[in-house]
Amino acid sequence: MIAALAFYVFAFILIASAVMVVTARNPVHSVLWLILAFFNAAALFLIAGAEFLAMILVIVYVGAVAVLFLFVVMMLDVDFAQLREGFQRYAPLGAVIGGILFLELVLVLGAWRFASDAADLRLAPVPAGVTNTEALGRILYTDHIYLFQLSGLILLVAMIGAIVLTLRDRPGTKRQNVAEQIARSSAVAMTRPEPRAGIRREDILRPLPPTEPAAPQRIEQHGGHH
Amino acid sequence: MLTIGLAHYLIVGAILFVLGVFGIFMNRKNVIVILMSVELILLSVNLNLVAFSARLGDLAGQVFAMFILTVAAAEAAIGLAIVVIYFRNRGSIEVEDVSALKG
Repeated sequence: MIAALAFYVFAFILIASAVMVVTARNPVHSVLWLILAFFNAAALFLIAGAEFLAMILVIVYVGAVAVLFLFVVMMLDVDFAQLREGFQRYAPLGAVIGGILFLELVLVLGAWRFASDAADLRLAPVPAGVTNTEALGRILYTDHIYLFQLSGLILLVAMIGAIVLTLRDRPGTKRQNVAEQIARSSAVAMTRPEPRAGIRREDILRPLPPTEPAAPQRIEQHGGHH
Repeated sequence: MLTIGLAHYLIVGAILFVLGVFGIFMNRKNVIVILMSVELILLSVNLNLVAFSARLGDLAGQVFAMFILTVAAAEAAIGLAIVVIYFRNRGSIEVEDVSALKG
């Protein structure tokens, strides 16, 4: 009863915030609505019993992906009003195609049924007496270890790719050249001159004493021209 | 009505999927919102996988959902990086005049 009520509340907020994501005028608002949608989807995952995925959804999507979106939206100086020019033009087409797609999905949902031996065909039945996280870990690190490593590789490639794409070598910036520092000969080593004698020895001139500031000239009034 | 079954989750997933597709059509010019719509679509797929996993008592669906999550994160990072360099080069992020990648 309470789970059903919670499901309806979370599902309603999820769908409402998804509508706001695609229709919000300001992309920053879109990202914020997206964060709300992710939180509610995590709640739906919790109701379905997938606690680990719910937490991962909050950490990965809200903590990383949505914040990345937020950074990019705020960093790019885009004229968003101009980007929405085709909004009205494409809305009817999008509504028609979305409606057709939804009808088809509903038809599929109404017609399918489980195979009679679906329960026997399970790949990894949920073990009894084990938490969701532990059960997931057991099959993730044994049966699916290669896929797990592969997904790590995908993330590595994505990270390197994003860095390589956005890194730019700006001319004129001063950098530390480590190799040059290490290869420095003793010819340019620091010396320790005597106090006070050092400045003359190193041919450094003291700055001249400040000259007397010239007295401000009186502005003489000659009578203005009219 | 008051017992939450598979059908409820599938309908929510279907609505979310359609909204994602609709968002791609609506925001034809704004790549960032298109990427967000793609995230919504992937979220609906995850929702379906988790629902079937819960209904069948099969953990494989949740493992799939985790891999989809990984790929979605990688895709968002690469996509946004491309948007950033595209904006740096062209000064706009309109999708319609992205024809520089033609073969």
